[in-house]
Amino acid sequence: MTRLAVPKTYKLYLGGKFPRSESGRVYEIRSHDGEFLANAAKASRKDARDAVVAARSALGGWAGATAYNRGQVLYRIAELLEGRRAQFVTEIVQSEGVSTAAAFAQVDEAIDRWVWYAGWADKYLQVAGNANPVSGPYFNLSVPEPTGVVAIIAPQTGGSLLGLVSAVAPALVSGNTVVVVANEAMPLSAISLGEVLATSDVPGGVVNILTGSPAEMAPWLASHADVNALDLVGAGDLDWIHLEIDAAETLTRVLQPENGPDAASPSLARVLAFTETKTIWHTKGLI
Amino acid sequence: MTTSQTAMAQLNTGERALALIGGEATDANLRRYLHGIPGIDAVGLEQRASDLGTRSIKTSSKKWAIDKIISLIDLTTLEGADTPGKVKSLVGKALTPDAGDLSCPRVAAVCVYGDMVLHAVAALGSAHSAGTDAGVNVAAVATAFPSGRASLAIKLADVHDAVAAGADEIDMVIDRGAFLSGRFGQVYDEIVAVKQSCRRPDGSFAHLKVILETGELSTYDNVRRASWLAILAGGDFIKTSTGKVPVAATLPVTLSMLEVVRDWHRLTGAKVGVKPAGGIRTSKDATKYIVTVAETVGEEWLTPSLFRFGASSLLNDVLMQRQKMTSGHYSGLDYVTID
Amino acid sequence: MSFLDYAPAPESQAVLNLRGDYGLFIDGEFVAGRGEPFQSINPATEKQIAMIAHADAADVDAAVAAARRAYDKTWSKLSGSDRGKYLFRIARLVQERARELAVAETLDNGKPIKESRDVDVPLVAAWFFYYAGWADKLDHAGVGPTPSARGVAAQVIPWNFPLLMLAWKIAPALAAGNTVVLKPAETTSLTALLFAEILQQADLPAGVVNIVTGGRDTGKALVGHPGVNLVAFTGSTGAGRAIARSVAGTDKKVILELGGKAANIVFDDAPIDQAIEGIVNGIFFNQGHVCCAGSRLLVQESIHDDVIDRLKARLSTLRLGDPMDKNTDIGAINSAEQLARIRELTDIGEQEGAERWSPDCVLPEAGFWFRPTIFTNVSTSHRIARDEVFGPVLSVLTFRTPAEAIAKANNTPYGLSAGIWTEKGSRMLAVADKLRAGVIWANTFNRFDPASPFGGYKESGYGREGGRHGLAAYLKPAAGRAAARTVTAAPAASIAPAVASPAAEKTPVSRKKAAK
Repeated sequence: MTRLAVPKTYKLYLGGKFPRSESGRVYEIRSHDGEFLANAAKASRKDARDAVVAARSALGGWAGATAYNRGQVLYRIAELLEGRRAQFVTEIVQSEGVSTAAAFAQVDEAIDRWVWYAGWADKYLQVAGNANPVSGPYFNLSVPEPTGVVAIIAPQTGGSLLGLVSAVAPALVSGNTVVVVANEAMPLSAISLGEVLATSDVPGGVVNILTGSPAEMAPWLASHADVNALDLVGAGDLDWIHLEIDAAETLTRVLQPENGPDAASPSLARVLAFTETKTIWHTKGLI
Repeated sequence: MTTSQTAMAQLNTGERALALIGGEATDANLRRYLHGIPGIDAVGLEQRASDLGTRSIKTSSKKWAIDKIISLIDLTTLEGADTPGKVKSLVGKALTPDAGDLSCPRVAAVCVYGDMVLHAVAALGSAHSAGTDAGVNVAAVATAFPSGRASLAIKLADVHDAVAAGADEIDMVIDRGAFLSGRFGQVYDEIVAVKQSCRRPDGSFAHLKVILETGELSTYDNVRRASWLAILAGGDFIKTSTGKVPVAATLPVTLSMLEVVRDWHRLTGAKVGVKPAGGIRTSKDATKYIVTVAETVGEEWLTPSLFRFGASSLLNDVLMQRQKMTSGHYSGLDYVTID
Repeated sequence: MSFLDYAPAPESQAVLNLRGDYGLFIDGEFVAGRGEPFQSINPATEKQIAMIAHADAADVDAAVAAARRAYDKTWSKLSGSDRGKYLFRIARLVQERARELAVAETLDNGKPIKESRDVDVPLVAAWFFYYAGWADKLDHAGVGPTPSARGVAAQVIPWNFPLLMLAWKIAPALAAGNTVVLKPAETTSLTALLFAEILQQADLPAGVVNIVTGGRDTGKALVGHPGVNLVAFTGSTGAGRAIARSVAGTDKKVILELGGKAANIVFDDAPIDQAIEGIVNGIFFNQGHVCCAGSRLLVQESIHDDVIDRLKARLSTLRLGDPMDKNTDIGAINSAEQLARIRELTDIGEQEGAERWSPDCVLPEAGFWFRPTIFTNVSTSHRIARDEVFGPVLSVLTFRTPAEAIAKANNTPYGLSAGIWTEKGSRMLAVADKLRAGVIWANTFNRFDPASPFGGYKESGYGREGGRHGLAAYLKPAAGRAAARTVTAAPAASIAPAVASPAAEKTPVSRKKAAK
């Protein structure tokens, strides 16, 4: 006797909560061979707007947390993922049609990527910042700071978990908050990651995950005045030039699309792409 | 006058000080008051002084400045080896700075030790202006100059003697030890007492210059607080230095003191003088001070009752500049007299 | 006579030996432009200084081609130490011709000679000295080992610090191994052309630096030229936005130094006399033609009246007039166009109900002049509190608490600079942390140094100029997977994780693009 399955309708992850799309829309997630897996929320431009609001309000707390704390929180994600490897492997196998071994490899690499980036949280500043020997009696220090709210179009090809983590993690390191549009066709990893994040120590609003159509949401995020940086890593198939033009309106920082297996490969440059260098001068006087 | 100035003008010095301090001149009250004054950022102060020093004073302005500098000099001799003869020679120089050009103005005063006042007065004769701007004044250093390390009775006797001998101006030193250890009340009371000792039998007062010895106070914040303290206590002038410690007048220190004088004027409407002393040796340096005075407190301070240079070698450098401006060629040390 | 009416102390112009007309500087030679030549005038007198060639698109083509040839054949083949030596030579020549450059700058720009003499030109020399030393140390520049140049840099600079902005652009570009086509601002071409003579004196290989003078069309042709690899621009946010749009979809690296509306925050425990100087320097330095000018004074309510009184007294001692006079504090406004903009915005300030004050000072009859002006009773919604005036105009707002000061300071789309005045160190550091601006001056303002990175947050642009950070945009990380994105201070260190993924063993197929 086979048990009757409970089909699931997933929701968005916004501001630490799991709302449905304000539009009420859903779309079907299918496996690589066309089998129905679940329904996902199809986020609208208003959901994107709400996500930016959530990200903005979470920014002060996340950017203001100590670097040590951010590192711990990011590492905690790796710990939680480690415990749920099997679930992610199953979803990846279903969605991507890869072997279990390949799915394990992807999950492991994603976990390791969290660990790697977690370690940068209290170090990137030392590598990218420095004292400046100005000619005069001044203390002068340059330090990188988070850019602010980062909107990300997650990679739409390749590993659905690894692509997402590779894009989201580096932005979080310095204290940015993120609005990410998940892999449209294979959002299960993103949805599950949202559930992991919700039970992790990542404050609500720091990561906001939208499922649905990147083509529909990206223009709203690109032109949004309260988005400070735009990572188009997974926007290669969109009219991304136009997105870049939209972003120029408020001088939003843009990372262009990357394709191929090493898209968003791990690097400190990816952390620094979402930072601003602040230089502080202060007089030095003994008398 | 502003309202606060009008109110302040109705009070005598002591009442005014107490009104501002908000109680008796105790260490605690004075500390609270002096530490409530905005601080000084050394870098910014020095930058401002340096900027003022880049003013380019040329032609007619330079000519005016040179004569003005001469008229503001306290020509000084403060040596253990001073004699009546030396003082007489100094007075001669004060009266006729440039023997070759009688249009040259006289200096404001001669500044000597207390026991030399008598000789200075005698040498000046009818040219002794006795407190007016008409001739040359006699200023005496007093209060166990330069260290100030003597009992109050000795210090006051020192002042009495000098005033009795005919000194028009008394250059006292504050007790830097007391100031640095926070005994502001003691410093205040001493200045008040010295001021009383400046009183002549006819009820008039010798002008009191209060030497802060800024080189020993070390910080600009200290200089500013000591300036306020000296003015609150009734000093007519605040003066940088004795000339007997390694660091004497500097432009930033003088600027900071001028700022206090300016603020005091804003607050009370009263005008206090400033005297940088020691280390100003060239016409070029002195011109920077003139500029600093004019741009900080205003041109009306460029008068002997409100600004002086305490100097000795400065005069000859200014005179050589003056000769250059008159003759069109550079002068030499043989063409100015030694005093 | 009042002593304070200092007798005229004009800087001698004898040192300056100008030609009647100037050509473009392409491939090491001065050549005629194909466009209609235009006048460069002295804004203090409105008299013509020289005729300047106008580069059209074909001239820009020629300049870019020359830069490309020089890059391919000469400059990229030189060792870093040789590039550095050229930069050292240039720095020395700038020092040797400092007086001449200062006079030319003041003549052409209208800024006081004391500023061009004591600030602009010494910093120009310092900039070349600083970056000269970097040319053979690029492994340590922070973009990983063995970085390479990007190629041809298109650089467009503004009129407020003509020669200094040229130095900010050219020095790091050449140190990193790029060649350059630079377009000076239309109203201030002169010192760039004198600089071209210095390049000839220095025997810099032909084509390494090309200077194309002209108008907006020239700049547009240069920025949009397909042959350039990098665009560096300093100017208005509007123009920067247009550039960002125009390079969208290309792999041109972009550095934008744009507008600002800096808050200068004065707390009640500030060192008051220095704060007054800092406020004055912050907004009246260079007639307020400074992108990082402290144009919004945020003063704690409890000391507002005192600060305004002191400020007015101080402003009354500022000397406005002949920029060539060594005692002039406020020179001429650079152009009639800019003067009109300042007038328009200040008129709006009055209409919106802010209270306007200027010291009495006589304005010369000829030339473009504007009295130092402060507006009190300004609220955050007023245009003079939001728009960049780019003139000697200060808007005064108040705050009650540090949190309110921070909120008001950040309440702008700009984010270039800010000032903090307090004697309390911990508050200074905490406020500095929270200000969204690229340069924070504490108990000082408008300080610049080649070792110190400069650049904005938000709509004030991106990229940094100055310091080690100022090299980043001009360098391309060495090819290779993780290394391509690696930033490290130590040249040989690998900071990528040990790669275990099967993906990493595949050949990368993507064209990698670095962050903008």
